[in-house]
Amino acid sequence: MKIRLAADAFDPWQEIVRYQTEHPGLAGKFGATAVFVGTLRDFNQGETVQAMTLEHYAPMTQKHLERLTGEAASRWPIADMLVIHRYGELRPNEPIVLVACWAAHRDSAFAACRYVIDELKTRAPFWKQELTGKGRRWVEQEI
Amino acid sequence: MSITVRFFASLRERLGKGQDIIDSKGIANVADVWQACARIPFPDNVLAAVNMEYARTDQPVRDGDEVAFFPPVTGGAR
Repeated sequence: MKIRLAADAFDPWQEIVRYQTEHPGLAGKFGATAVFVGTLRDFNQGETVQAMTLEHYAPMTQKHLERLTGEAASRWPIADMLVIHRYGELRPNEPIVLVACWAAHRDSAFAACRYVIDELKTRAPFWKQELTGKGRRWVEQEI
Repeated sequence: MSITVRFFASLRERLGKGQDIIDSKGIANVADVWQACARIPFPDNVLAAVNMEYARTDQPVRDGDEVAFFPPVTGGAR
């Protein structure tokens, strides 16, 4: 189980291969790998997005990601899990988040993967600021 | 005898600061921390955390705690 908050761009597919290579004990133990990759679009709410800055509360983010992956592991029989989440400035087409779940069977892999990405979206303290042709804007409810 | 207070995203910009260190004397709960740091009433949809756990405004706060205030987190549409 690994959680990484990444300041720089990453290639989710290379990360999956690397993780499996670095964890040879996984080999033969899984029959299913469910992967979710979230990627930055170049449009949102009718505007062209040039870049996005992801602000986060680092120690709280780490704590909550550890907790919700732990919850997934206790609910479904998964062999391993890898979560990588960007922060800082991103450009369109860059991956924002990777959730990979290895399990014996696909039902558990899909369910755990879905649980982690859905919970992450509501519980992990991240805030998005987009740069559009009209300037910078926070993507959130007005306060 | 102090409490570290942190602000994030649009709230940080609105208050003009990302961090405050306040004297814990006279501070009983999260609402007291807000009053000691901000000159505006507590906005309805601002979230709070004490030592990295989501907290209500009536949650007790102790010396040495880290209290954070921030807008709703932005996960995006399904």
